[in-house]
Amino acid sequence: MNHDPFHWGRPSQGTYGDYNYNIAHASNVDKSNKSNSEFPKMHTQQPMITGTSVIAIKYNDGIVMAADNMGSYGSLLKLDDLQRIIPVGSNSVVGISGDISDFQYLERLLDDLEVEDSYDMENENLKANHLSEYLTRVMYNRRSKMNPLWNAIIVAGFDDNDELVLKHVDLLGVAYSSPTLATGFGNHLAIPLLRQKVETEDDAAKLTKEEAIKTIKDCMKVLFYRDARSWDKYSLCVIEKSTKSIKIEKDVKVEGMKWDFAQHITGYGIPQQ
Amino acid sequence: MQKAIPSTEYANEIRSEPIEHRFNPYSNNGGTILGIAGEDFAVLAGDTRQTTGYSINSRYEPKVFDVGDNLLLSANGFAGDSTQLIKVFDNRLKWYHFNHDKKLAISSAARLIQHMLYGKRFFPYYVHTILAGLDEDGKGAIYSFDPVGSYEREQCRAGGSAASLIMPFLDNQVNFKNQMDPESNGTKKKEIRYLSLDEVIQLVRDAFSSATERHIEVGDGLEMLIVTKEGVRTEYFPLKRD
Repeated sequence: MNHDPFHWGRPSQGTYGDYNYNIAHASNVDKSNKSNSEFPKMHTQQPMITGTSVIAIKYNDGIVMAADNMGSYGSLLKLDDLQRIIPVGSNSVVGISGDISDFQYLERLLDDLEVEDSYDMENENLKANHLSEYLTRVMYNRRSKMNPLWNAIIVAGFDDNDELVLKHVDLLGVAYSSPTLATGFGNHLAIPLLRQKVETEDDAAKLTKEEAIKTIKDCMKVLFYRDARSWDKYSLCVIEKSTKSIKIEKDVKVEGMKWDFAQHITGYGIPQQ
Repeated sequence: MQKAIPSTEYANEIRSEPIEHRFNPYSNNGGTILGIAGEDFAVLAGDTRQTTGYSINSRYEPKVFDVGDNLLLSANGFAGDSTQLIKVFDNRLKWYHFNHDKKLAISSAARLIQHMLYGKRFFPYYVHTILAGLDEDGKGAIYSFDPVGSYEREQCRAGGSAASLIMPFLDNQVNFKNQMDPESNGTKKKEIRYLSLDEVIQLVRDAFSSATERHIEVGDGLEMLIVTKEGVRTEYFPLKRD
């Protein structure tokens, strides 16, 4: 059966007159109907399958970043094994939230950059600062065409002088840098927790790697508790400046959750004496 | 034209155009900037907070730039357009040097910026732009622009979110508006004079700490770039972070 209501047939023309395609915002269904084919070309106006928050924090020897493995289609858990933190070369990682098809398009752009860079077989010239600049330009140019890539991106890694880079870029081409960064819901739920640990660059210089990882893990737990479009399986990326290493740990699970809280609250759930 | 259709509830839903939820290419990233010209110097200062809505994106994201040739430039408003405008200016200045091999005068830089802004008259850069430097006679100069390029040379100008809070203060303290000569017993206006660099720095700090108190998008830090014939120097002062 064809599930499109507009192919279900309709009452005879003699009785009701020509079919009006404007009924119920039918939009450009029938391209042969002139009045309907005159709509302008449509661009992405909303994201379809989406990835939720990416969060990152600086510590005394690098950056810790995390993003869960879920792709949601509205409230449906559409994808449950999605890697949203991707390495680009050996100097940078990119964490992407927002529309997944746009994310995959960006993935291809970044792969092209990597291929181009690898033609020089002696040096790796593609650094995180170039990447963040490139992505900012791509995002700004697309927003200027009124056809945005519906994403928020966090770029982390090393620059030309092997210094740390941590940048956020969004669908409008607005870029900024801070010792704690988060996209989407993380901006409301994780940032206050992250800033409690690291308020300034000086605080970041005092935070150890273990503390940073713990903070990020706690934030992922809070996000899983309260962000309905989040998942308890995520990727954890640790960047270390002293060893110049970037490691991505996959399939990390949220640990130490408590879901029995309701029964301990008087007047909540089961009646208590 | 369509034939008349019997009025049923379904038919009443006719719209001549599809429902559109349009993508908004602009946002406001807060912050405020302030330029004051002295006799042989000019300062251009801006707070370092960047916001979207009620969120603080960053507590240190500089927006006043030394673009070379003893010129300071800042565009405050939508951060995407702001970085783009400064990037395009940087590039145009580079090509000016290639082509003419000389310094770009501030009056010429101002006219260039007018054209860059007006060139996007029908999809404007959503920014309030201020250019600071020294003119051909070595006197301090401030040029300020609206989003579509209309511009003017001034002694001082505040731009951005807290411009309406700072500008009246500047009128009074830089151009001595509504001030009388105390000797004349309220019969003579106070005569205008150039302010010293120390006076200007104190004025800018007061303006920003007051704006921080009254405007939620202003705060965190104050970055001040000072241009003299010796070159450009930067000073940073912390502001309240609440």
